[in-house]
Amino acid sequence: MKADLFLDAKDLACPMPIVRAKKALDSLEPGQIMEVHTTDKGSLLDFQAWVKQTKHEMVSHEEENGIYKFLVKKV
Amino acid sequence: MENKKEQTTIVLFSGDLDKAIAAFIIANGAAAYDHDVTIFFTFWGLNTLRKDEVVHVKKGFLEKAFGWMMPRGAKKLGLSKMNMMGMGPEMIKHVMKKHNALSLPQLIELAQEQGVKLVACTMTMDLLGLKQEELLDGIEYAGVAAYLGDANQAKVNLFI
Repeated sequence: MKADLFLDAKDLACPMPIVRAKKALDSLEPGQIMEVHTTDKGSLLDFQAWVKQTKHEMVSHEEENGIYKFLVKKV
Repeated sequence: MENKKEQTTIVLFSGDLDKAIAAFIIANGAAAYDHDVTIFFTFWGLNTLRKDEVVHVKKGFLEKAFGWMMPRGAKKLGLSKMNMMGMGPEMIKHVMKKHNALSLPQLIELAQEQGVKLVACTMTMDLLGLKQEELLDGIEYAGVAAYLGDANQAKVNLFI
């Protein structure tokens, strides 16, 4: 699945990945997809909780060499 | 519009650097959750909001003394543990930079940018002799009733 927006949040510490992700998602239309890359170890649980609470959709997430990759669909 | 935003409130009572950082990280996180966020500053927490520079305002002797003894702004706060005459805060600031964590002044700026409502408690401002001119711009002034009004609607209410 292709993302409409890519957000590089690598090397950012809590709470910046979520703050940046919120700003980025605000700029999208419903149905569009954002890809986020992070390195903060807490971001897996952070993003899962944040996407659930803000009622968006986690399309996929994976971890590769210490980089967390999330595809989030704006609802 | 029935679609009302969720709310989060924090009372920042402490004037310790580490506690203020924690409060602002939670506030910024809640703002990213699209909550309406209020931080209510009372007692020593008010020092977080002081401007760095000396602001000349008319004060009595005791008020002046308080003004000189308390930390002037977010950059001057001490740690709740391992303060070591000010060496602790410098060490924390160093490691925070190393780990790409935002400093307290940056966290405050980010909070204001995200629309976090910063409210100074006017009653304790009077006790400590702090004047509006000495505190950051763009904040609000209120008392316990205004805080409770916000807290009453909120699911997350913290006292730090």
